[in-house]
Amino acid sequence: MYKLDQTKVPVCDAIKKVRDSGMVHFDVPGHKGGRGNKPLRDFFGSDCIRSDMNSMKALDNLCHPVSVIREAEELAADAFGAAHAFLMVGGASSCVEAMVMTAVKTGEKIIMPRNVHRSAINALVICGAVPVYVDPGVNRRLGIPLGMSVEGVKQAILENPDAKAVLVNNPTYYGVCSDLESIVTLAHEHGMLVLCDEAHGTHFYFSDALPPGGMQLGADMAACSMHKTGGSFTQSAFLLCGEGVNPGYVRQIINLTQTTSGSYLLMCSLDMARRNLALNGREMVAKTIEQADYAREEINALGGYYAFGREIIDGESCFAFDSTKLSVHTRDVGLAGVEVYDLLRDEYDIQVEFGDIGNFLAIVTAGDRDLEIERLISALSEIKRLHAGDVSGMLDHEYINPLVAMTPQQAFYSEKESLPIMESAGRISTESVMCYPPGIPILAPGERITEEILQYIAYAKEKGCFMTGTEDMAISRINVVR
Amino acid sequence: MQTKELWFTENYSDDARFSFRVDAQLYTHKSRYQQIDIYDTPQFGRVLVLDGCVMLTEKDEFIYHEMITHPALALHPDIRTVLVIGGGDGGCVRELLQYPGIQQIDLCEIDRDVIKACRKYLPQTAEKLDDIRVELHIADGIRFVRQKKNAYDLIIVDSTDPFGPGEGLFTREFYGNCFGALTENGLLVNQHESPYYREDALAMQRAHRQLSAVFPQASVYQVHIPTYPSGHWLFGLAAKTPLDPTVFDEAAWNALGIPTRYYNTALHKGAFALPNYVKELLNEKA
Repeated sequence: MYKLDQTKVPVCDAIKKVRDSGMVHFDVPGHKGGRGNKPLRDFFGSDCIRSDMNSMKALDNLCHPVSVIREAEELAADAFGAAHAFLMVGGASSCVEAMVMTAVKTGEKIIMPRNVHRSAINALVICGAVPVYVDPGVNRRLGIPLGMSVEGVKQAILENPDAKAVLVNNPTYYGVCSDLESIVTLAHEHGMLVLCDEAHGTHFYFSDALPPGGMQLGADMAACSMHKTGGSFTQSAFLLCGEGVNPGYVRQIINLTQTTSGSYLLMCSLDMARRNLALNGREMVAKTIEQADYAREEINALGGYYAFGREIIDGESCFAFDSTKLSVHTRDVGLAGVEVYDLLRDEYDIQVEFGDIGNFLAIVTAGDRDLEIERLISALSEIKRLHAGDVSGMLDHEYINPLVAMTPQQAFYSEKESLPIMESAGRISTESVMCYPPGIPILAPGERITEEILQYIAYAKEKGCFMTGTEDMAISRINVVR
Repeated sequence: MQTKELWFTENYSDDARFSFRVDAQLYTHKSRYQQIDIYDTPQFGRVLVLDGCVMLTEKDEFIYHEMITHPALALHPDIRTVLVIGGGDGGCVRELLQYPGIQQIDLCEIDRDVIKACRKYLPQTAEKLDDIRVELHIADGIRFVRQKKNAYDLIIVDSTDPFGPGEGLFTREFYGNCFGALTENGLLVNQHESPYYREDALAMQRAHRQLSAVFPQASVYQVHIPTYPSGHWLFGLAAKTPLDPTVFDEAAWNALGIPTRYYNTALHKGAFALPNYVKELLNEKA
């Protein structure tokens, strides 16, 4: 099924060859295989630190790949069915930024759901493009934003025929997918590019039981966060491109902001993870789905918790669901998602991905044994027994439609003043406020601050969400347009 | 001249080992969960080894099995229902069946191959597994106990070390689920590792910390087992309703006439007196 030999790991092979060649290094990095920093070597192990080398002829160059990195990119493109792939060392964030900056420039419009990752908004601040937000819809019971409906995208396209691209979450953090196939058709009919944020969808390419990946549906670009569910090191990712974009231009865009000293540890891990997915991915994902399904069934049997799955599919805002995502709604146990998140970590030594107001998310991958799944279920049973609270007084939804007053770039760079956040209603924010994770802005630069938003921020803080985004580290003040 | 001898060695730490001579290896099998070996030995009789660790020997298993069962039964003579988690060798069940008051024993063992091997090679412990009062469940103890509420007067966690299939049986959530599965005055007794070698001691501390977080009272008592690392081994006794584990009706237990070779009521009281260094490890005042 693959055109290339997916057992190959060209970057790893090149690293190993140089590492074991006895080469004398009068280049960076200055730790020189760990001899210059023995505690570091002891901490990570000799093989690891000796693999940390810089670009050289035998190892190619990430900014201008012509040999082993190029080969690794071709193998990645082949594995994901893309026309071209880029090895990225700034996470899916750097991929999303590269996609947006490839597709739009100052003053141009891009259609996107409001529940995009902060990196998409950041890209708008940098490049000056104008967001056209589509209401992603909300599941009232769960209080989670969903995905853009085809109808919603269609309306945005008709109202903004000059828009250049549509950005789609495939899937959202919670595993919700839009009807990407129809959106691709629609956007292409109107000459717009389709960009997929697949930070949480790497595994889609290796299962028929999951929603398809963007490249499989003819999307133009996809930000594929290999490190999240694909098995590579944190911060590594693939940026995938279809036939409709010029890879040379994309490379130039990437090089505007990407480091010129790309880490070979990250690139090796991409090589290894891509090989593993290509050779064993189908089996791995199938096992993961089975484990997540089992966990859902058992968690729902505990009562109170609602581990939601494919039944939330409604054909519109939730067209498809990623059943490897173990998202659990906790409101009916009388606990905020973030409270369960904290209890799992503090009382049971279990770290889940995030907790927000109504839900927490556990990431299940091929790295989980049955034991870990059983521990999570048992701990949830205990949390319910010991901590179940009163359901009344719990805030029950969290999607707030934004009032966009100016572009993110205009707002970010405008004259501003600092106000106590609770006194800022009616003003235009020049910065973002978000809970991290998931890192989806509650407020983005250029949006008008409302009482409803402030009430939500206060509640999230009270429940212990980790808030970020403002210049003020305590999130007690906010910068607004003067 | 070289003597032809076969020796079994268990590593107690990176720097200490325990060895005994082997006459014959009777059984070796890699199950879904662990490596199972059974040997005949001149010093200890037949020996069951899981993942390279001695689980029991014919010569000294009575110590372990008497001490993991009788103290709880002496404290609460009216125990009717018991859950044994692990214990596929049958030793616990054999001791429990001597109490006419016990009506139901559920044995939850994750590895059916352990039961199979013990039935064949270790009848000394396994012969009572077919008793009418015993029901075998081949299941993961973590999952099994989660589904039980207010069902058992006594839960015995007869597990391996927390480094293999027994890992989950040393967690707070598991003990909490046991709490929920116990009746109002229920007791939990667990294999509590050992204070001497570092890794065992860490496991012991963790088990005690987690049990203390879940139960209003978690006591520890000691026992001498020649074939376990350091010979000094501990059991935990956790109670849903606080009690003094050294106060009980000795005459009533003695009147039952249960034959024992290690346990007696005087030793029961003394077993809860711990050395100072162990108390320190358990964060109690020495």
